[in-house]
Order: sequence, then C-alpha cells, then structure tokens
Amino acid sequence: MARSDKLYSVAAIFDKPDGIIHAAEKVKDAGYKQFDVNTSYPIHGMDNAMGLSSSKVGYVTLAAGLFGGTFILLFMWWTLAESYPLFIGGKPFFSLPAFFPITFETSILFGAVATFIALITVFFKLPYNNHPLHDTNYMKRVSVDKYGIYILAEDEKFDKDEIIELFKSLGASSIELIYLPKEEKYGMLQPKFMLFLLVVIVGISGATYFTLNKLMYMTPFNWMEYQDKSNPQESSLFFADKRSMRTPVEGTVARGFIPYPYKGIAYPKEVLSNPTLPSKEILKLGKEKYLTFCSPCHGDYGEGTSRLNGQFPTGPTQHSDKVRNYKDGMLYHIITNGQNSMPAYDKQISRKERWAIVDYIRVLQRAKNAKKSDLVEIKKESSTNGQ
Amino acid sequence: MSVDYSKDMVLFDRNPELVELEELISKPIDTRPSKKYFIALAITSTMLLIGVIAAGITFYYGIGTWGNNQTIAWGFGITNFVFWVGIAHAGTLISAILFLLRQRWRNAIARFAEAMTIFAVMCAGIFPIIHLGRPWLAGYLFPYPNSMNIWPNFFSPLDWDVFAVSTYMTVSILFWYLGLIPDFATLRDKTTSKIKKIVYSFFSLGWRHSNRHWRDYEKAYMIFAGLATPLVLSVHTVVSFDFAAAIVPGWHSTIFPPYFVAGAIFSGFAMVVTVLIVVRKIFDMENIITVNHLDKMNKIILLTGSMVGYAYLMEVFISWYSGVPTEQYVAINRAFGDYAWAYWIMVSCNTLFPQFFWSRKIRRSIPAMFVIVILVNVGMWFERYVIIVSSLQRDFLPSSWTYFTPSIIDLGILLGSFGLFFTMILMFTRTLPVVSMSEIKAVVEGAQPSHHGGAN
Ligand code: HEC
Repeated sequence: MARSDKLYSVAAIFDKPDGIIHAAEKVKDAGYKQFDVNTSYPIHGMDNAMGLSSSKVGYVTLAAGLFGGTFILLFMWWTLAESYPLFIGGKPFFSLPAFFPITFETSILFGAVATFIALITVFFKLPYNNHPLHDTNYMKRVSVDKYGIYILAEDEKFDKDEIIELFKSLGASSIELIYLPKEEKYGMLQPKFMLFLLVVIVGISGATYFTLNKLMYMTPFNWMEYQDKSNPQESSLFFADKRSMRTPVEGTVARGFIPYPYKGIAYPKEVLSNPTLPSKEILKLGKEKYLTFCSPCHGDYGEGTSRLNGQFPTGPTQHSDKVRNYKDGMLYHIITNGQNSMPAYDKQISRKERWAIVDYIRVLQRAKNAKKSDLVEIKKESSTNGQ
Repeated sequence: MSVDYSKDMVLFDRNPELVELEELISKPIDTRPSKKYFIALAITSTMLLIGVIAAGITFYYGIGTWGNNQTIAWGFGITNFVFWVGIAHAGTLISAILFLLRQRWRNAIARFAEAMTIFAVMCAGIFPIIHLGRPWLAGYLFPYPNSMNIWPNFFSPLDWDVFAVSTYMTVSILFWYLGLIPDFATLRDKTTSKIKKIVYSFFSLGWRHSNRHWRDYEKAYMIFAGLATPLVLSVHTVVSFDFAAAIVPGWHSTIFPPYFVAGAIFSGFAMVVTVLIVVRKIFDMENIITVNHLDKMNKIILLTGSMVGYAYLMEVFISWYSGVPTEQYVAINRAFGDYAWAYWIMVSCNTLFPQFFWSRKIRRSIPAMFVIVILVNVGMWFERYVIIVSSLQRDFLPSSWTYFTPSIIDLGILLGSFGLFFTMILMFTRTLPVVSMSEIKAVVEGAQPSHHGGAN
C-alpha cells in the first residue's frame, strides 16, 4: 500500500509477554484511550491491563438461540396443525415431545450463526483488508512472535514525541510510525470490471437456460419419462399386430358390467324406467356430469347452443316438445346408445351418472318452462325460509 | 477466562521459539510436497473416482443397482451414513468438550480433529442423499411452501436427522473457520507469494490480532464450544432415533441413544488416532502431536470401547429379560444366525482388542495402537451393519426373510467415501495449518506473562 504523509499511529514492539502487559497498563494509566495491543495469540491478563470490560457476545447467542427455538416451534405448530393439518400415526397435530429435537437443533443453529455473524461484522468490524496496520513491518512481526502496542493519532492526548519517549522508557525493542495509506479510487467503468460483469451475466443466464431447457429433459433428470414399458397408443415390435395395447380376450366382461338390453336399437319400443329419485345429491351429480359431457354440444342449459363452432353437428335443444315428452328411459337410451351422429356415452359415464344426467335435464326443462304459479310457490318458500 | 496453561504442554527438548513452532506448522504449506504425498493422493483420488463412477451409475440406472431389497431397504447406504457421522463426533469432542474441560493437550490436535469432523460429516451427508435415488430432489426435505402446500413431517426422526446433521455441519464449519482466522492472518503476513497473499487476506478477513478482538473472540470460542457440546450429543442421539423410534425388533430400544453416542466417540477417536499416526510421521510433527496425546486418546478409546461392550451385553440381557419372543429371537439370530460372522467381528474388534489398552506399553506403542485402532474402525463399521441388516433381515413377516448381499456398486460407493475422506484430509494438510498456531503458541512455556497478578 502506498502511504500518505498523514500519521495514523505510533506503534511499539515488545519481545516478552511481561513487557507488553506492563506497557498496556502504563499506557492506560497515562490516560490514553485510543490504543490497542496486537499479539498473535490471546495474552492472559491483557483485558485487565487494558481496562477492557468483559465481552458482550453472549447476549447475541442467547437472544438468537431463544428466537430460533421459539420460531421453529411456532412454525411446526403452524405447518402441521394450522396450514395443512397432517394426521400422522394417531398423534395430536401439535405434539410437543416430537418437536423437541428440531426445536433444540434450530436454537443451536440460530445461536451459532448469529454469534458468528455478529462477531465478525459488529464486534470485529471485519472484513477490513485495507486497514492502515496491514502491510506494515509492525503487523508482520506481531503476527508471528512479537507483542505490539500502538496509540492512534486520533487520541485526545496524542503527542508523537511524548509517546515515543513513553514507549522507550517502557523498554520497547523497536518503535514504528504508521502512516495512513493513500486513498485509492476505482472507477465503475473499468474494462476489467465490465468484463467480469459480462462473464457473470453470460454464465448465469447460460446455466439457467441449460438447466431449465436441456438438463431437465436428460436422463436421469427427466422424471423417469422414458422407461422400459409400453405406453397407450404406442407401437410395439413385440406383437404381431404392432400394437402395444392388447384387446381383451373375447367374452371378457368388465367388473360391475350389466348388459344393456336395448344396445344398438334405434328408437326402441320400450325403455328402462328411472331407478333414481331427484334428490339434491343426485341433481348435483347430474349437473356436474352434464356440464362435463353434454354441454359442449348441447349448451350449458340444453338450448342447443354448441361451443364447437360448427366443427361437429350442433346438438339439438333439450327443450323441444319431442324431448320433453320422451320417457326418462328414452333419454337414458340416447346417452347410452347414442343416436345418429351423437356418440354413445356408456363407456365414459357410469350408470348412476347417466340417470343423474337425465334427472338434471328434467330440471333444466322444468326451469325453462316455468309458469306464473311457480313464482308463487318460490315466494312462499323463501318467505318461510328466509324470515 | 481463568485457564491453567501450565499443564500438559507441547513436548520439546528445550523451550521452542514461537517462530520455530510456526515454521514447523506452516512447513507443509510452504514447501513442495514429497513424492510420497503424491502417491498417497493418487491412491485416494482413485478411490474417490471409483466412488464417483459408482454413484453416477446409481443416479443413471437407479437404486436397483444396489444390493438393497424390499426387506433390507437400508443396507449399505445407511450403514455408511451412521458410520461416518460417528467418525465426525470425535472431532467435536476434542475441539469442544475437551476445551470446556480445560484439557489443554487438545490444542495440538483440535484443528485436525475438527477438519476430520467436517470431512466425515460431508461423507455422511452424501449417503442419505444418494439413497434417495434422485438426489436432486433432496430439497423436499427442507420446509418450504411447495406447490402441494404440504410441509415435511416434523414427527419423523428422519426429518430430525436433516436438522441435526445440517446444524452440526454448519456449526462445525463456523467453529473451524473461527479458529482459522488468526492463522490465516499469520500466514498472510508471512507469505511472499502474491497469489497466496490475496487468498490469505481474503480468508483472514483482515484480522489484526487486536486484543480488543481477542477478548470477544475468546468468549465466542467458548460459546461455540458450549453450543457444540450438547449438539454433538444430540446429533447421534437423533441418528439413533432413526432406529429406536421404529418398531422393528432389535431397533426399538431405549438404550440406543447413549449406546450410539459412546460408539460414535469410540469410532471417531479410533479414526483420529489412525490418521494422526500417519500425519505426524509424514510432517515431522512428533514434537507437537506427541505420544502423550495418542496415549490420552487411547485411554478414551478404552473407556468408550468398554461402554460399547456393556451396551452389547445389555442388549442381549434386555431381550431376554423383556420376555418378548421376537426380541429374544432377534438377539439369538444376531449371534448365531446368518450374520453371526459380522456379529462376532463386531464384538471382538470393539470390545476385545481395545482392552489391550489397559497396558501402558501398548498405549504408547505406535505399531500396536495402529493395529488396534484399525480393528476398531472395522468393528464399528460392522456394528452399524449388524444393527441395520440383521434386524431387518428377519422381520415380522417370515415370507419376506432374506439375506443381504452388497452389489459391486455398493462396495464402490463405500470405497469412494473413504477416498473422499482421505483426499480431503491430504489436501487439508497441504493447504491449511494442521495445528492451530495461535492456540499452540499460547500454551508453550513462557508464552504467558509470569505475573498476571490482577488477571481474572
Ligand atoms: C359431440 C356432440 C354431442 C354431445 C357431447 C352430446 N350430444 Fe346429444 N346430440 C348431439 C347431436 C348431433 C344430436 C342429434 C342427433 C340426431 O341427429 O338424431 C344429439 C341428440 C341428442 C338428443 C336427442 C334430441 C332430439 O331432439 O332427438 C338427446 C336427448 C341428447 N342428444 C342428449 C345428450 C346428453 C344427455 C348428452 C350428454 C351425455 C349429449 N347429448 C351429448 C350431439 C351431442
């Protein structure tokens, strides 16, 4: 470091630990405040000799440790009992004994990390690599085996010659004047710095791009997407017909299968009768299934308002007299068997759900063709319910 | 702090000059290493490479490449994990507990033991993660609001493990680094190389050996020791909960926490002695790491080894005394079943051979102790193997009883973990002072003022 001609401190080196203790005591007694001792290992009794109070780091540890423990305990309570109550092995949602280990570990973690950070940044005010003491002869010697003391020029009582005299009288083996380093300025737009920024930018964005767009799709990071097995619709070299999907053996009957007697008959003479009652629950199911399976072609209210924009023949309205006069069983038949261009839905929709849809269509029809008298009924109901 | 520095000093024929000590300690850093060093490094890094390849194969093809099966799902992975965590504990014991107990002889070996702690925890930490099969998903172990809005199961000892081991790792590294800061400063002020100077300046953070700093530093060091002490005991306790909290016969036992902690210290000290014997020889540090130190550590090995032996007896006794047929069966099966060979290796290595340390002569004979500590290392690895494999092998469902055979990948990863450990040790010995300079200087004769009259 280049030095300016402004004095920073006067420093003295001692050869023996006894000497430095003595010197520190005398400097303190002489009334200097801004002084420090540098020794490559802690000298015992030095804190007293320099008149230092005892360290306050412990409070940081205590506070951080208590905070960490309380925080994690509340956190575990919040996550497992509040945010997403998890039922584990019949234990209560908040179970103190099971939370002890983590509470303990986290208290220690917070205590240790906070102590370390506070120690370095608050107590030591480090990192401080351009401190005036660095790179001086003085520093090089106390770092190894000598014992040093220095008094800052900032001290109220500072007087260069007086201090040199004092150190000499205490038996210092050498005395050094330490000057402040010249101030150095670094411009923002230096080519080196810009190059560094560029490398950082390219590096980070490149790595991000690679991770998100390439790496995630490579084995083994691709979530086991490619496995030694056949997926639906894939071809297979193993089977003669080159299809990976196999058709079931002839005569296979699915579980719970009940044959439908009018399968394949358009406009059957007789139909099944509706086994369901239009309960609230059934109607709710029917609505859900109607909106899922029927509404794309027939419209949300069965008015024949297709969402398919002509890509498929629009399903006719459900409110025609024809449909209204159909028996429940006939509607069921149309869903189960299909009709002309309307496909059959017996594969996708279960029996119960089909009947529920039928019930729901009845509701739609009734609602579309409401009479004045219904209003009276509704008013009656709301007046008894609502008030 | 009032510390008695007058006992158990570093052994020299005459009082060493501080400069000499420093030269001796920093010699391996400043000189070119010998051929022997490179041969050793070549061997360990080959082992490491084998481990890396084996792990790579595991990641690519999945856990199916291991010997694990439906019955013995933990196999080598968790055996190695517990083994390495155990090794780590000796380091913290030396650096923290012996510090609190004012055992000043620890100063010579503390730095090294702490380094071993960190490397061993690193080795240990690898295993649960690669045991996941898809290690990049390990992040789900930590509590963060994921897309399912679901949190980790804080009831599970496996999650306690995550907290215990990661806290342990963090605290060990901070503790270690705190001790290194003054040494970095000394190296910075000594070096003539420009690059080294920048590196040391960076890591020393601009430490100035100021006494106003030393005051807080010493306090913080004590606090760290105070935090690390219960921590180290808790870590292996939590590791033992992985077993004890399960209902598998042979695991479900309240003796596990103390038994595991004793075992951890036992195996850790054995490893420290093993490595120190080699290091003090190679780097001519017989005067700093003396036979006295090894003698003391051997005494601890003897003590913890006997505790482990007592635990073995207790396990058998309790299974008989419990009157539970399954427990009794497990005890008999361990000693005389398929894994009798592993069981008796464990018993003899861990309880029999350390008993030779009753003799002072053997405690102070380098070749004898080297053989014994190696046997202890082997024995303690088998202890974990026996606990895991022989308990799982015969569980409640006889139809799934089976035998565990490690695959070549399993062995490769185990070898690799040793490779990693020793490679890091070797690199550590060449890059950082293996003995804490500031601590060792403080305990040599004449380093402290003769009349610190008013000193606390
Ligand atoms: C892919 C479009 C489409 C879907 C989905 C669809 N339908 Fe149809 N639906 C039609 C078409 C087209 C017709 C007219 C068929 C014909 O020409 O006879 C029709 C006819 C009908 C008829 C007879 C109407 C009449 O006037 O003859 C009923 C009843 C019916 N659908 C009910 C349903 C129900 C209930 C669903 C839900 C399960 C459903 N549809 C789903 C297209 C669809």
